[in-house]
Amino acid sequence: MSSSTTSANRGRSQRTRPRTIVYSVVGLVVAVIWVFPVYWMLNSSLLPNVVLQDSTPTFLPFGGSFANFGAVFAGGTFFPALGMSVAIAVIVVVFCLLFAFLAALAISRFRFRGRRGFVLAILLIQMLPAEGLFIAQYKLMSSVNLLNSVIGISILYIAAVVPFTIWMLRGFVAGIPVELEEAAMVDGLSRTQAFLRITFPLLAPGLVASGVYAFLQVWNEFTIALVVLPDNGSATLPLWLQGFIQASASRATDWGQVMAASTLVALPVIFFFLFVQGRMTSGLVSGAVKG
Amino acid sequence: MTAQSSIRTSTPAASAPAPTAPRQRRRPMAPYALVIPSVVILVLAMGYPLIWQLVTSTQQFGLAQQFGQPAPFVGFGNYVTLATDPYMWTVILRSLAFCLACAAITMVIGTLLALLMNVVARWVRVVLQITLLLAWAMPVVAAMTVWTWLFNLRSGVINWMLSAVGLPFEGHNWLIDPLSFFGVALIIVVWMSVPFVSFAIYAGLTQVSGEVIEAAQMDGASGRQRFFGITVPIIRPVISIVLLLQVIWDLRVFTQIKLLQSAGSVKSETNLLGTYIYQLGTGSSDFGMASAVSVFVLVLTVAISAFYVRSMLKEDES
Repeated sequence: MSSSTTSANRGRSQRTRPRTIVYSVVGLVVAVIWVFPVYWMLNSSLLPNVVLQDSTPTFLPFGGSFANFGAVFAGGTFFPALGMSVAIAVIVVVFCLLFAFLAALAISRFRFRGRRGFVLAILLIQMLPAEGLFIAQYKLMSSVNLLNSVIGISILYIAAVVPFTIWMLRGFVAGIPVELEEAAMVDGLSRTQAFLRITFPLLAPGLVASGVYAFLQVWNEFTIALVVLPDNGSATLPLWLQGFIQASASRATDWGQVMAASTLVALPVIFFFLFVQGRMTSGLVSGAVKG
Repeated sequence: MTAQSSIRTSTPAASAPAPTAPRQRRRPMAPYALVIPSVVILVLAMGYPLIWQLVTSTQQFGLAQQFGQPAPFVGFGNYVTLATDPYMWTVILRSLAFCLACAAITMVIGTLLALLMNVVARWVRVVLQITLLLAWAMPVVAAMTVWTWLFNLRSGVINWMLSAVGLPFEGHNWLIDPLSFFGVALIIVVWMSVPFVSFAIYAGLTQVSGEVIEAAQMDGASGRQRFFGITVPIIRPVISIVLLLQVIWDLRVFTQIKLLQSAGSVKSETNLLGTYIYQLGTGSSDFGMASAVSVFVLVLTVAISAFYVRSMLKEDES
């Protein structure tokens, strides 16, 4: 029995080995195609514009420099946009986590009248496209004089990010058994103490993951920012970056600088994204994939 | 379903000695206090605009309103105008066609890549996953600048490559013709969306146990039979959820279309629902019509999302 299995295995592996090689080659070709735009951004960001305007592309950044990055920094508009983006991101992440954490506690630790309606509402709101509300949000912000303001856009962003954050945190809170808290209460801690000393530390990874996810959404957001931050002086990084595309339609563009600018916007995102990727996939399809 | 939820909410009160009951009885207000901050911000930033939008969609905006006149009430007038406007129908059909084309192509490529990940050498799989992750992580606006540069008519790599193999693409402008504009948009959207699809489906594939496949093989099932008889049924739930999310996400491609438009194209020939609302609202200050189109988009999204929301609700109850 065992000898026949091994011989069958050997036979199969001999049959499949050339196939694996073919598949692997296909896989590598796909990998090269998929990563090419990202590579091209980095490559172009290191090359001077004269080289980029050449009719034959330069595929490796030999003789390149960080001059484009220097030019972007010296341009004077990068740092205000960075400041704007950082301020908004910090406000949104802090308040979003706080609000979402409280709401997640409510829906995962309590059964109360209206709970189902609340859960349904956050699930629906999370699906709504920004394009479906942004004109109304623009009017709202202009009527209360909050256009071009960090506070105004932060309020809209918190509302946009809070539903998914509640949903994500709900999963983390539900994963911590209530019995842990109850055991601590039996040992003489008050309910609040039990929560702060036992449950809260266990939730830290969940809070970090949700916070990073909220940060990514806010950092990359373009649609709402476009309508409620119409002034150039209050541009966030995505708005600042799109200015380059717009300019490229009318006059010669320094693509080296544009790619350096894109790299500056993308790098922190790529870094943080690698953190939360696994959780994001499972959060979005968790109903369908067990394990 | 309603019956089930009413049982759930009434249980703690009915069976007071149950272990979870005292908490509810002692502070029945606690859960409400906990959700207040979220509810307030949602009502402020989403609820109020939503109601404003519903009201405004029944008002008519013209030149006089730009000078501060109140907008007259026209009932469903704006919706009637929309329904009889051939341009609106063009935009709707264009949006749906673009959305479905993107979703279908993304699903096919994503599924193929997930299957491919399953059969390549381990190190190739890691390389493939890292490259897909990088594409997935790219912020939309940064991805758009890179792709505009790749498709640039004078020194873009794509024109150079096509010319290098002998095709007449030197100095070709990709964005001027609407069909080719949407081709470019489709390539970009697919490039950005495939990684999520293939990771999710690959996660589903890892649920297919090798033993079951082997047993089927011993019973004489062919490769095709094993794939359609075992693998497909196991990954079907993942595929349906991912497909649904793709359709919903591909309806909201405002950023991509807006940025490609500003890179140089005729707006009226390339508008999708999102950019059309933007143009109505910010360009011509026709808030009545912009609101009516927005309401249509919201209703459409909710209708498509209903299934997804229901499956998430089920998970909440489990």
